[in-house]
This record gives sequence, C-alpha cells and structure tokens, in this order.
Amino acid sequence: MKLIRYASIDGNSNGYWGLMALFAAFILAALGSSYFMEHNGHWVTGMNNQIVWGLPHVFAVFLIVAASGALNVASIASVFNKKAYKPLTRLSALLAIALLMGGLVVLVLDLGRPDRLVIAATIYNFKSIFAWNMILYSGFIGIVGVYLWTMMDETVNKYNRVAGISAFIWRLLLTTGTGSIFGFLVARQGYDAAIMAPMFIIMSFAFGLAFFILVMFAAYNGTGRELGDAIVNRMRNLLGIFVAAILYFFLVFHLTNLYATEHHGVEAFILRDGGVFTNMFWIGSIIVGGIVPLLMVYGPICKKSRTALAVASVLVILGGLASMYVIIIGGQAYPLQLFPGMETSSSFFDGVINSYSPTLPELMLGLGGVAVSLIVVTLAVKALHLLPVSLADSVADPHHKD
Amino acid sequence: MKTENLTDTSKRKFLGGAAAAAGIVIAPGVLLQTVQAKPEGEAVTNKVRWGMLIDTNKCADDCTDCVTACNTENGLTGHDRPETDSQWIRKVTLKDKQTGHVKTLPVMCQHCETAPCADVCPTGASFKRADGIVLVDKHICIGCRYCMMACPYKARSFVHEDVQDQKDHAPRGKGTVESCTMCVHKVDNGENPACVTACNKEHKAMYFGDLNDANSEISKRLKQYGGKQIRADLGLNPGVRYQGV
Repeated sequence: MKLIRYASIDGNSNGYWGLMALFAAFILAALGSSYFMEHNGHWVTGMNNQIVWGLPHVFAVFLIVAASGALNVASIASVFNKKAYKPLTRLSALLAIALLMGGLVVLVLDLGRPDRLVIAATIYNFKSIFAWNMILYSGFIGIVGVYLWTMMDETVNKYNRVAGISAFIWRLLLTTGTGSIFGFLVARQGYDAAIMAPMFIIMSFAFGLAFFILVMFAAYNGTGRELGDAIVNRMRNLLGIFVAAILYFFLVFHLTNLYATEHHGVEAFILRDGGVFTNMFWIGSIIVGGIVPLLMVYGPICKKSRTALAVASVLVILGGLASMYVIIIGGQAYPLQLFPGMETSSSFFDGVINSYSPTLPELMLGLGGVAVSLIVVTLAVKALHLLPVSLADSVADPHHKD
Repeated sequence: MKTENLTDTSKRKFLGGAAAAAGIVIAPGVLLQTVQAKPEGEAVTNKVRWGMLIDTNKCADDCTDCVTACNTENGLTGHDRPETDSQWIRKVTLKDKQTGHVKTLPVMCQHCETAPCADVCPTGASFKRADGIVLVDKHICIGCRYCMMACPYKARSFVHEDVQDQKDHAPRGKGTVESCTMCVHKVDNGENPACVTACNKEHKAMYFGDLNDANSEISKRLKQYGGKQIRADLGLNPGVRYQGV
C-alpha cells in the first residue's frame, strides 16, 4: 500500500458553485419555513395534539442516525485496523459531523420555542434521555472533531487510535440514546421496546454507509479522481450485510410483538390495516429499502455495477426515511390505550387512528437539514485536505499486486 | 399585584377559620368540601398529596360542566380547530366491547407520582410539586413535545397558535406545552379545582382532597369503596382515581 496523498478539491467549477447554490436555496427555504411555522404557530403544519412529531422529526432522526453510521468507515480503519478503509477516514469523520449538524438544525428549528435553545443547552434533567442526547450530540461533534484532527495533524497522529476508539464507543452510545427516545416511551403501543436501541444502531450502519457511498461517488466523479474497485466492492458487501441486518431486526421486532396479544392491535395497524403506514412499511422499508438494494448489491447482474451500488444507496436512504416515518408517525397515529378492552371516544380524538398530512414547510425544513449536511461537506472538501488524490486499487488495496 | 395580595390575605384569613376543619357540614350527609389553605410564604411540602376521586356512576353522560368550568377558569379559548386546540380535561366515552355497556368519565392530567412527562422533559420544565401537582414551567419549556409523547393519558396540549384572553393565574404561551394544573392557584388558596366545584353543583361525581390525610373525604371514600387508576399496569401511582370503571 502506497503513501496516501490528500488534497482539497479546486471547487471552482460551475458544477461546484451550482451545487452550493442549490444547497443554499434549500437552506433558505428551510429557514423561511421555520419562520413561517414559528410566526404562525404549529397549527399551520400537519402536526397537532395527536401527531406531535411530524415530518421534520423523520428527517432529523434519520440524519442523526445516519451521522453515527457515516463514521463506520473511519471506525473500521481505526478500531478494527482494516487498512483498506484508512484513506477515507477523514471524509467519514467529516460526513458524520455534517449529518449530525443537519439533523440538529431541523430538530431545533421545529421546537415550539427555538429561541430557548440556550435553556436546553444549560439546564439538564438527567432522568431525560433527551437531555442525555444533547450531551451525546454535542460530545459527538467534539470527539469526532478531535478524531479528525488526529488524522490530519502529524504531531497528534499518535493519539489517532485512542480518538478513534473513543469516537466509536461514543457513536454507539449516541445511537443507543436516539433509539431509546422511542424505546423509553412506556405508554405507546408502537414503542416501549428495548430492541429500539440496537435496531437504531444497525439502521445507522446502513443509512450512514449509503450516504457515505453517494458522497464518495459524487466527490470522485465530480473531481475526476480515480476510485478503484477494491474499496467500492468492500463497501458494496458491507452495505448488503447492514441492509440484511435491518431486515432481521424488523423481523424480530414484529414477531415479538405479534406473539403478545396486547400488541396485536398496533401490529395489525402497521402491517395490514394502516393504509399509508402499511404501504410505507412493506413498499418503502421492506421492498425499496431492503429487498431491492440487496438484489442490486448481491444479484449477479448488478454485482459489478457502480451505478447499481449508487442506486441501491439511494434506495436505502429512501427506505430509511420510510422506516422512520412508520416508526415516528405510525407509532403516534395508533391511539393510546387508556382503557384496554374498551372502545373509547372523545372530542380529543381518543380511540381513533390519528391522521397526519405533512405540509410543504415541514418537508422544506427536513430537506433543509439534508442541505445543511451536504453544504458542510461540499465546503469542507474544498477547504481541507480530506480526500485522497487517488483511490486507485494500487493506493487503496492493501493486497494489491502491481 | 398589590390588590391581589390583599385579596389573598383576606381570603386566607376567612378560609383559615372556616376551613380549618377541612369541611363544613351543612346538612346530614351533605358535605361541602374545602381544603386547608397553604399559608402565604410557606413552601409546598410532601405532607399533603392532592388528589381527585371521580365516581363515574354519578357522572352524567351528557354533562360537560367540568370541561366548561376548566375552560372558563383557565381561559382556554380555542380557534375552532379541534385537532390543535388545547383541552385540559375531556369527557371520554367508554364502551365495553363484550357487553356494549357505555359509560362516560372526565380524563385530565392524572398527576402521577412518577410522572413520565417530568421524567422525559429535557429541561425540567415539566415537574411535580412536592404536594403531587404536576405542572409545566412555561419559562423553560422549549416546546419539544417529548412529554406529549410520553404521557399515557393524552393529557397534554401544545399551544399551536397565539392565545388571547389569558388569565393571570393560568399563563399560556404559543410554542409551549400545557395541561391541567389541578387549578393550583385555587388549591393554594384553599379552594377546590374549578371542575370539582362545577361538578358538585349538580352531580357530585368529583372529590378533591389530600390523599395523605386519612380523615379527608377523598381518603375515606377511597378506603371504603376503593378506586381504580387508569393504566394501573404502568405503576405511575396517579393522583386521580376512578370508581365504577
């Protein structure tokens, strides 16, 4: 394996500035949407007193989950000593920070009182997993930032492995915290499950890697730098394993619920009778986000195609958003069971399936979060030496023979 | 503010004498319940645990007096948007799937001993007072709505738009979460919550008092007739109990 040379990209092409303008437009739209929602109050959104978390939360949680997963590539190199991934550790760490920033922006801008962010940052109720998450999120940015520093500065490179292991442990804690936001909700039929935490971790592996693959392709295609098959095929296999693992977790989660009579109602709702949620689950999560990407990764026809891997990554992301929609919004749409065994009704929508129609401002706020993540990456690859000049097999493959 | 204090003081003097016995018998079998006022300046203690008892057998199907009283007392004016308008107390109709038996009862914040809303609140805005009343500190609520996700009783509302005609004793704010305060402003003055007062005018289905005081009306009734918790399986020990469900 040769010495890896890193260089920032020129970033002067029309394509580069076009991308920047596109991301900036989405960010402006998100800011406008947030102002619209805050100025009028949340009644202008699809959210209400029944569905209290909507589309912004789908995007926010997805990005936060993907953030920890994007660090995988770096972790595999630093923690598990797989040299093939070493050249891409910088991009991995940067993407992890960028995705988390995007997710947090959405989360904060959807608060009822985003102006009170300083309160959330200074007053903690340590029994709240939400409060712990604030520490986990800011700590993640700090630790991964230091980790990135140890990669880029020779003088502190000796601390790279320690930083890498710390970041790896922290990212596991972080996603455990994110999954536990739902796992700890004892009263709701769709949540209250310890499996939420590991399920979110395995989802993070796939979503983060899918993002990483797409960013890597875009960066190398856009700059004309060489990208060999060795690294691409490793990621292809890894993505397949992660997607298969998600399907396994879904299977265990729903089978366990199906065994318990008290959960039959919510399971029938998600799996059979839930309309948009049922479609999102079977078509979005299982087919588009699971089976099709698996076929594209492992199927004999697409096995060597980079286009297929790119499409599979896009599908994993879309499937991931669908999964988040089903978990977050589907979980709220199913009514709370105040009186098990009784039919309930009231002027406050007791006992009914709650409806939710996302609005344009919510969608734009969510997409704005994605744009924040991507603009951070786009700026960083121009400003910093993050990308190897070449990822040809002769550089990236530790087993390469000239 | 000064006028209010004077009023409070005079009210307290009156109540101090009148309510010392925690109740006035005006006729055999009829008890007008009042509760002991907390002296001004004295911190809330856990010596008392305020609670409510609702006898659903006396709760009339078509009566919403408790809801109306709550809305009036706390200035809960809506915008004719049922999905986003606040409701601190609501009448829930129950129908037994097996027998078809129908019953109605009011549901509001159950003022849990281990309140999930307070547990999940990142800033501590949702909190339980020492006397068991669960409240939201509107000054530090960031509007994340995690408490609404966590509440098993669907007791909380998010203020979705600007509010008008606010009451001094029940401040509300767009972008924050709110719920039944057990009329804490009245309780601290030795009065019953508005819903209980309204219910007592005709149906007398609601009782308010100190669950820690074995001699209080509510404790005696609970001891004699029992009382159920909604979602007792969650082990939250709510301060609101029901009979007849």
